[in-house]
Amino acid sequence: MNKEMKQHHEQHLRISKRDHMVFWKSWLIHVTAILLALLVCAFIIVLITGYNPLEVYSSMWEGTFGSARKVWLTMQETAMLLCISLAVTPAYKMRFWNIGAEGQTLIGCLATAACMIYFGNRMPVYLLIPVMFLASMAASAIWAMIPAVCRAKWGTNETLFTLMMNYVATQLVSYFITFWENPVGSNSVGIINSISKGGWLPELFGQKYLLNIIIVAILTVLMFVYLRYSKQGYELTVVGESENTARYIGLNIKKVIIRTLVISGALCGVAGFMLVAGTDHTISTDTVGGMGFTAIMISWLAKFNPIVMVLASFLLTFLSRGAGEIATALRLNQSVSDILTGIILFFIIGCEFFIQYKVSFRFHKKEVKG
Amino acid sequence: MAEKPVAIELKNISKTFGSVVANHRVSLMVHEGEILSVLGENGSGKTTLMNMIAGIYYPDEGQIFVREKEVSIRSPKDAFDLKIGMIHQHFKLVDVLSAAENIVLGLKEKGRYDLEKVTEEVRRISAKYNFDIDPKKKVYEMSVSEKQTIEIIKVLYRGAEILILDEPTAVLTPQETRKLFAILRKMRDDGKAIVIITHKLNEVLELSDRVAVLRKGEYVGTIDTAEATESILAEMMVGKKVTLNIGRSEPNSPQDRLTVCDIHCMNREGIEVLSDISFTARAGEILGIAGIAGSGQRELLEAIAGLQYVDHGQILYHDPKTGKDEDLCRKKPMQIRELGVRLSFVPEDRLGMGLVGNMDIIDNMMLRSYRKGHSFFLKRKDPRTLAQQIIEQLQVVTPSATTPVRRLSGGNVQKVLVGREIASSPTVIMAAYPARGLDVNSSYTIYNLLNQQKERGVAVIFVGEDLDVLVELCDRIMVLNGGRITGILDARKTTKEEIGLLMTKTEERAVNE
Repeated sequence: MNKEMKQHHEQHLRISKRDHMVFWKSWLIHVTAILLALLVCAFIIVLITGYNPLEVYSSMWEGTFGSARKVWLTMQETAMLLCISLAVTPAYKMRFWNIGAEGQTLIGCLATAACMIYFGNRMPVYLLIPVMFLASMAASAIWAMIPAVCRAKWGTNETLFTLMMNYVATQLVSYFITFWENPVGSNSVGIINSISKGGWLPELFGQKYLLNIIIVAILTVLMFVYLRYSKQGYELTVVGESENTARYIGLNIKKVIIRTLVISGALCGVAGFMLVAGTDHTISTDTVGGMGFTAIMISWLAKFNPIVMVLASFLLTFLSRGAGEIATALRLNQSVSDILTGIILFFIIGCEFFIQYKVSFRFHKKEVKG
Repeated sequence: MAEKPVAIELKNISKTFGSVVANHRVSLMVHEGEILSVLGENGSGKTTLMNMIAGIYYPDEGQIFVREKEVSIRSPKDAFDLKIGMIHQHFKLVDVLSAAENIVLGLKEKGRYDLEKVTEEVRRISAKYNFDIDPKKKVYEMSVSEKQTIEIIKVLYRGAEILILDEPTAVLTPQETRKLFAILRKMRDDGKAIVIITHKLNEVLELSDRVAVLRKGEYVGTIDTAEATESILAEMMVGKKVTLNIGRSEPNSPQDRLTVCDIHCMNREGIEVLSDISFTARAGEILGIAGIAGSGQRELLEAIAGLQYVDHGQILYHDPKTGKDEDLCRKKPMQIRELGVRLSFVPEDRLGMGLVGNMDIIDNMMLRSYRKGHSFFLKRKDPRTLAQQIIEQLQVVTPSATTPVRRLSGGNVQKVLVGREIASSPTVIMAAYPARGLDVNSSYTIYNLLNQQKERGVAVIFVGEDLDVLVELCDRIMVLNGGRITGILDARKTTKEEIGLLMTKTEERAVNE
């Protein structure tokens, strides 16, 4: 009797949390997800464009690795995205929902641009570059610290606060663009110090982007060490995992929150510095171009591991560059490439479900109740 | 009583959660027009049992009969269809909606809710049972008692004939309690079957017709209230004396180590959770703290550990080395440590407070000690050695020292926590429910560890719920009831019944407000 009742109640599909998964299995799931994504994308391509999917894929590859210049550009974009991802990671590891990396980076850009404009032709290079570097770090750190202090002291909502700070940053930049307008009427700043190249980061071995890439590589290692081997990294992990435990061991939670956000902001400042002094040599409200938001996804996708973040930011860069390429080369609408990017991301993020949870099916036959 | 029709009958109901047996072959019966009390200590499985009638859980084994027909209740909706309504301890209301809106919320009716009609119906129910309620008042403007009233009307509105109330008086003042009892009696006379879950003996005697007693998930028996007395019920609740054979040594020249003088604490809502607490913990002695859950045990330990703000009073630590007295009151945990007070604390919430579930055993070992030294970097060498030691000495079952502690079983998690707290060679150890959820062997490991610490001359403060253990393990037992001390007893001379009475008896003054 009991057995029947139990059976009657039993669910057909059971979802339970996994404890642990061996390394190779989780890789297998990820690779399967990407292959499945490519398969689905192929269907969509054939369905809506009629192109051969292989042609589209090879075009994407072409867009990323097609020439030496394209390879350098890919590496540069990967580095920038990675740098901002590294920046947001300590905050997210502490479960501080900082969606203001966009604004924090933009403020760093603004500080760098200001230094270039006002001191660019007046200071010796060995002084100018450090001043720009420190100014942008300080500006971004302050930008990140404001919501952190308010959260620590009065418990404000950091998500809304950091989001709003993005708009303030954009408006500030927009104000300064009008202020620094060059030439007048163009509504842009133009290339700063285009003749003297004051404040431009030097080219290494004739490669414009190499210095940026080296800086980000060093930062990646530093962040990895900071999170895993430093006392501060340990403290922010404890605060993120459980504030009660942090209280129990006598941590000053407010201090940890503010300190972590200063570090997070300062790294955004480094990214802003490189974007203006190293790559663009100008500033617009679009200089960061949404990377501050993409970085959040990368940080979570890599589960806050800086080394995995290298792969994740490369993947995202590959998708966006490839998308751009098929839009121009095959004269496909930009929306098609966005659809493909969306599908691939959906599968990669969706496969996390199968890593976290176990799905088992149970079919029961026979035994009619009664 | 036998002529009244049976409203609900449970037969051999069992329910387990993982390895924890919440209910084991429980059978009971409620008639129409009757109030049945379900009595038991914390963790005796009262709420689990009632949740199975209300459709929140589904029994692993056993049968439920409603009005003599076997039923299978798979959701709260099934329960409502059978005219069963449960009023939970924690109210489930939407703050910004009015009483009437909350009452109809979730009901499937065609079109829009006709609030005028609902208001009329609510007024009719209120008039019938003497509820005092304004259907248009918003929930956030209401007192706790009014919210409870809405919960009751909510189930009546849905036509419930069988009402289950989970500790309904826990949040009420004595005046409100009397009012509630009058209403419940009226409902009984109206033919409804009422079950109240409680651990307060006086309420059982005052209100109910019959009492069913549960102990550690087992059904002990049902008696008519007319034949019951407080001491009979207390004995049924706590059980016959069990010999556990926990080795207990005589305290070795106990010295005062920690003196708590007259402390008062408020919780966030401004309600006094500790009042007039004064006691002394001695070195080389285990001081047990008994009490129904939520009587102020957690607040007391947290106040000593510097985690709970103390309104006034003193917590004096007598330093065995310097002989000086330090006041720990209102000091932060860091400041207490800097005074050289070696205080260990095994909190009730192991993974949420004592440990970090996602970190491995090594990283959890250094939670308390990682600050040592001026280096910017962590030193994992000592914690690693300590982790290995604890794994070996306490026989922690784990794949390795780098396994996240949340993957360990409850007993092993506790060994890791207690092991770490003992490793810091403390002078005072506070342990809250250190054996909760543990199997017999792990429990004994923990008791033995505490005993060893006592023999080493540590002042041990042990908050427990199993009275058998308290009586066997401790030297003295302090009983908390509603945030006050109702007695400090010599554990060698007292009985469980005496403690049980001190835990449960309600003096007018012990109820807040």
